[in-house]
Amino acid sequence: MKLPLFIEPYANLAKGHNPKQQILLIFKQLGLPIIGLLVFLMLWSGAAKNIETSLGNFPGPIEVYQQFNNLLDEHQAEKERAQAFYERQEARIAARLEVDPDFVPTIRPYTGAPTFIDQIKTSLFTVFTAFVIGSLIAIPIGILIGMSDGLYRAVNPVIQLFKPVSPLAWLPLVTLVVSALYVSESPMFQTAFIVSAITVLLSSIWSTIINTAVGVATASKDLLNVSKVLNLNPWTHVTKILIPSAIPMIFTGLRISLGIAWMVLIAAEMLSQSPGLGKFIWDQFQNGSSESMSRIMVAVLVIGFIGFLLDRLMLVLQKFVSWDKSAVLR
Amino acid sequence: MDAYLELTDVEIAFPTPTVPFVAIQNINLKISKGEFISLIGHSGCGKSTVLNIVAGLYQATKGGVILEGKEVNAPGPERAVVFQNHSLLPWLTAYQNVELAVKQVMKNSSKAEIKDWIEHNLKLVHMDHAMHKRPDEISGGMKQRVGIARALSMQPKVLLMDEPFGALDALTRAHLQDSLMEIQHELNNTVIMITHDVDEAVLLSDRIVMMTNGPAATIGEIEEINLPRPRNRVVLTEDAQYNHYRQQVLSFLYEKQAKTEL
Repeated sequence: MKLPLFIEPYANLAKGHNPKQQILLIFKQLGLPIIGLLVFLMLWSGAAKNIETSLGNFPGPIEVYQQFNNLLDEHQAEKERAQAFYERQEARIAARLEVDPDFVPTIRPYTGAPTFIDQIKTSLFTVFTAFVIGSLIAIPIGILIGMSDGLYRAVNPVIQLFKPVSPLAWLPLVTLVVSALYVSESPMFQTAFIVSAITVLLSSIWSTIINTAVGVATASKDLLNVSKVLNLNPWTHVTKILIPSAIPMIFTGLRISLGIAWMVLIAAEMLSQSPGLGKFIWDQFQNGSSESMSRIMVAVLVIGFIGFLLDRLMLVLQKFVSWDKSAVLR
Repeated sequence: MDAYLELTDVEIAFPTPTVPFVAIQNINLKISKGEFISLIGHSGCGKSTVLNIVAGLYQATKGGVILEGKEVNAPGPERAVVFQNHSLLPWLTAYQNVELAVKQVMKNSSKAEIKDWIEHNLKLVHMDHAMHKRPDEISGGMKQRVGIARALSMQPKVLLMDEPFGALDALTRAHLQDSLMEIQHELNNTVIMITHDVDEAVLLSDRIVMMTNGPAATIGEIEEINLPRPRNRVVLTEDAQYNHYRQQVLSFLYEKQAKTEL
């Protein structure tokens, strides 16, 4: 069995194989990134002390870390409050049912303010919804226009026109259209959620479409000839020849799309006041307390970290889907 | 002799901004069932073009191809092609690559029949030991064996081979030529093979079709190879008749159609 690359030097070190070289390897793998982060933290805390704002000093790493813990504590406290609320409600209903067996209880939801963790969950849910729906639209379109040079020429100007559009330009239009069309007595989703999801979708599908199309269009001519000689039907042609050929490009597109989707989402939430991390930042900014800047900085770091995790997630997915397990993905 | 496969006045001209470029013209060839034909000529003389027209991948601008009384105008499994660079689907195993072809021609067969047929064909090319390996896990010669198995599994009326052994080293090539002769002895397929290799052409063929240099290439000479089968490459090197055929082809390629620019 082959060990993962990052564990190998430790295993070799334990076995006593060429310890000097193993330590050097560990230093490269682990030491250098840590040094990089430490230097960044030093520069940050040094710079922060010298930046005066109307809300006090710019937060350094320590303040931000404290606020991060505060936010977690607040989330914990809020969860306990919600728990207590539901318990009280249940007790009340039970008491009422004892007196009046015909009583039909309505469970009232807890309406406390969403915490930082709740906002993260909302943002992730929105971005995944938009990304999954967007990909389900973008990949088939990409395959279609990749298969036909004529169709590609026809659709390309539209794609090129919309690709560079900022999500913020779409937002007002999407808001108006959604509020006009999505009218329902008991809406399944909040309008704000739909508005931000559609905005994210509109700004992120383009790179998946283009990369898929290029991947399909550059499928090997020989394999296309094989498909012709075998008289493969269109479905088999697409699933056995085109999609496997295009998988690396499709994933390149998906990773770019997901990255854009995550960036756009924060902006959309800020502007449309739909729940999520963007709204959290905006609320902190409006709040203007001495803690606000640290809290915003927490959000900034969390956004960056989640964005990084999303990209890794796509890599793992690509490794799982790709036929060529030996390909080096980065 | 009634022709099984007939090429009549085949000409193909590719459009260019000025005058159309005539790649081949006046190709007339009658091939009977079970015959092994080699197409030989210098690079760029349009050998592959002829093969692609028979395959149906290109359309002749003039003339046409008739196979068993029916005109050829689209690719199909009854004219299976073995491509030069094997052209296996890299994401499928040897077995799955053959399966893809077999499923196209045995649509009404049971799963067990299909499985047997795939395995039979892989056995025929001596690839049954590695049938669940992917192309990147086997050698170049093995890939080409699978490519041949894929073509044979479709039970084609004509087997078209586009320089099937061109990318292989000399020893592997000899192995595969012997395998091909063995298979040919057993199945008696009608084959058109493109080659650059004079020895290969003489060893394998019933007739060698020699093409002139392009543009507007055509058939220069046809050499009938009346050597008894089975043929043995080592014995043949001493055979006067064999050497005469070789000399004929070499003289055509390097004297009559000598290529000055390379």
